[in-house]
Amino acid sequence: MVEVLAFESIAQAAAALRDRTVYLGGGTLVMRAVNFGDSSIERIVLANDPSVKAIRTEGNRVVLGSGATMADVLASKETAFLASVARGIGGPAVRSMATVGGNLFAQHPYGDFAAAILALDAKLSLTDGSEIDMGSFLARRGSLRSLVARIQFERPASGEFHFRKMSRVKPKGVSVISIAALIPNSAGRVSNARIAYCGMGETPVRASAAEAALEGRTLDPQGIAAAVSAASAGLAPPDDAIASSWYRKEVAPVLLRRLLLGEAD
Amino acid sequence: MSKSPVSFELNGSETSLFVEGGQNLLDALRRGVGDLTPKFGCNQGTCGACTVLIDGQPFLSCLVLAVNAEGRSIETAAGLSDGPSLHPLQQAFIDGFAAQCGYCTPGMLLAAKTLLDRNPNPAREEIAEAISGNLCRCTGYAPIIDAILSAAEIVRRSNRP
Repeated sequence: MVEVLAFESIAQAAAALRDRTVYLGGGTLVMRAVNFGDSSIERIVLANDPSVKAIRTEGNRVVLGSGATMADVLASKETAFLASVARGIGGPAVRSMATVGGNLFAQHPYGDFAAAILALDAKLSLTDGSEIDMGSFLARRGSLRSLVARIQFERPASGEFHFRKMSRVKPKGVSVISIAALIPNSAGRVSNARIAYCGMGETPVRASAAEAALEGRTLDPQGIAAAVSAASAGLAPPDDAIASSWYRKEVAPVLLRRLLLGEAD
Repeated sequence: MSKSPVSFELNGSETSLFVEGGQNLLDALRRGVGDLTPKFGCNQGTCGACTVLIDGQPFLSCLVLAVNAEGRSIETAAGLSDGPSLHPLQQAFIDGFAAQCGYCTPGMLLAAKTLLDRNPNPAREEIAEAISGNLCRCTGYAPIIDAILSAAEIVRRSNRP
């Protein structure tokens, strides 16, 4: 039988983490494993901590509690620009449960929200008091001994953040790939774009070649041509039941072009 | 390891039972309480057959740890009718042949109720979105969407002064 330990704060829950112990956020990942008899789970720790669900702003920074659900993201005016990402995840019942923090740990092909967090150049505050950027987190997420308490990032200017998702089932399905992109521009030219994929690697990954090809260019068919050509460069998307690696590489430039030009899906 | 007590309101009635550590709410409702309307489907949050409402919001009961239901208000399809009077959604599903094998129906009804409680005049696309987490392998969804549209009309009529 699995033992359940409930704590008042996420810091206390983190302190109780040890071997064969998992933290339960929204339940969509952990309960799935428990239901299927994952024998590596002997203990579940919980935090009845309302602060981890909070969504707030501090100046120009948005602070998401790791326990905020996709429904919370949709309900908050602070995160209206992330509505398309949150709405793309599951049906309404999944969105009542699935948390921002949980999505950071979701295994391929899941993790659309994590890709958005990567594009937004977020910093994650861990329960051990440290702060880590999203790229470093993704490289280490399997070995972390702390919990993610909060996610912080600068609010993008109006129209700078974009998201597109391609799935094989309408209106909703697992991503073949999704793209989250922060496309700042200076005098009509792209400057320091951040483009992140879900589905193009074992974790969400940056489209570094496309980002470089977009620098200083205009968002028109000629300006984006090099970036679109480089959409899959250097990436090795996995094969799985949703799509082959080849198919994902074919989809990436099409979806990136639609995102950059604001074309309909 | 001992079992834990948990109490919640189920379809308006105070309900208490003992649950095991890793037991999910679906199992607690079906085996512990005897409410068989939430269905065991995929057990991994994909099919929506186990959908219940917790404090008015849809949840997949197979992915809810039963002890986390403490103090919450839970609605299942068993609580939709008022004695012999069916909920407009239930009647519309019957009238519109929106149930074939019926296994997805309780989850569909609750997903639809969530929508109509918030928006009694939904567009077809909004209904498709509201039931997008609930799989039906029989109907092709069109009769279900039609039934929800019909129920919405009945709900609107009954809400008129």
